[in-house]
Amino acid sequence: MIFSLAVYSPPYSSQASESAYRFAEALLAEGHSLYRIFFYQDGVHNSSQLLTPPQDETDFTSRWRELSERHHIDLVVCIAAALKRGILDEEEANRYEKPAHNLHEGFALSGLGQLVDAALMSDRLVTFGG
Amino acid sequence: MRKKILFISRHAPYGSSIAKEALDAVLTAAAYDQDLSLLFMDDGIFQLLPNQQANAIGQKSFASMLPALPLYDVENIFVHLESLQARGISKNELLFDSVQTLDSTAVSALLAQQDHLLSF
Repeated sequence: MIFSLAVYSPPYSSQASESAYRFAEALLAEGHSLYRIFFYQDGVHNSSQLLTPPQDETDFTSRWRELSERHHIDLVVCIAAALKRGILDEEEANRYEKPAHNLHEGFALSGLGQLVDAALMSDRLVTFGG
Repeated sequence: MRKKILFISRHAPYGSSIAKEALDAVLTAAAYDQDLSLLFMDDGIFQLLPNQQANAIGQKSFASMLPALPLYDVENIFVHLESLQARGISKNELLFDSVQTLDSTAVSALLAQQDHLLSF
């Protein structure tokens, strides 16, 4: 079965990101495929390369990136939700003349249409947080 | 192939951005020519009240945004009856007269018909 996940809550303040990650690992272990993970609302904070947790806590951004590389999963961050929360890639930082960018490698900023597309391309779309 | 997609909006219009970001997702999905429906339940029904003065708190009013839904071909708009009753609101107080009220049993049936549920 083809799955996609939607993550609506930030790491650390909410359990949703951890639950989404565990669900992703579990479905892949069962032989299903994961088409896309879409980060929306405060979930966009999962994609900041500036997250700096203490050593004994999970590094969410790197872990998503590692999962994505291992299984070739599309990590898409809603561009409108990201920009207003200060998550920018280099192109957007240049466009808006901001002094820095922080989107972690392996994540892509794109439109909300990618959430709808994930629903259309997947047998199951599972939402975490909100 | 067209899919049946139901958006469920369960949060109050202001105080958090969930309701606004749900509406953005609905309007985006409307461009994909799918079989869309939208259900308001729990505090989500407060989005449907007229006379919202969102300017006073630096927000945009749902009362001015929601009437655009039919223009985007989002015509299946439902309201959960028990959520209305629990808040002492009657259907004729809502922004739209085209919304359909569904009791919990009918909501269950609506959910069961869908290919996907997007809950906000």
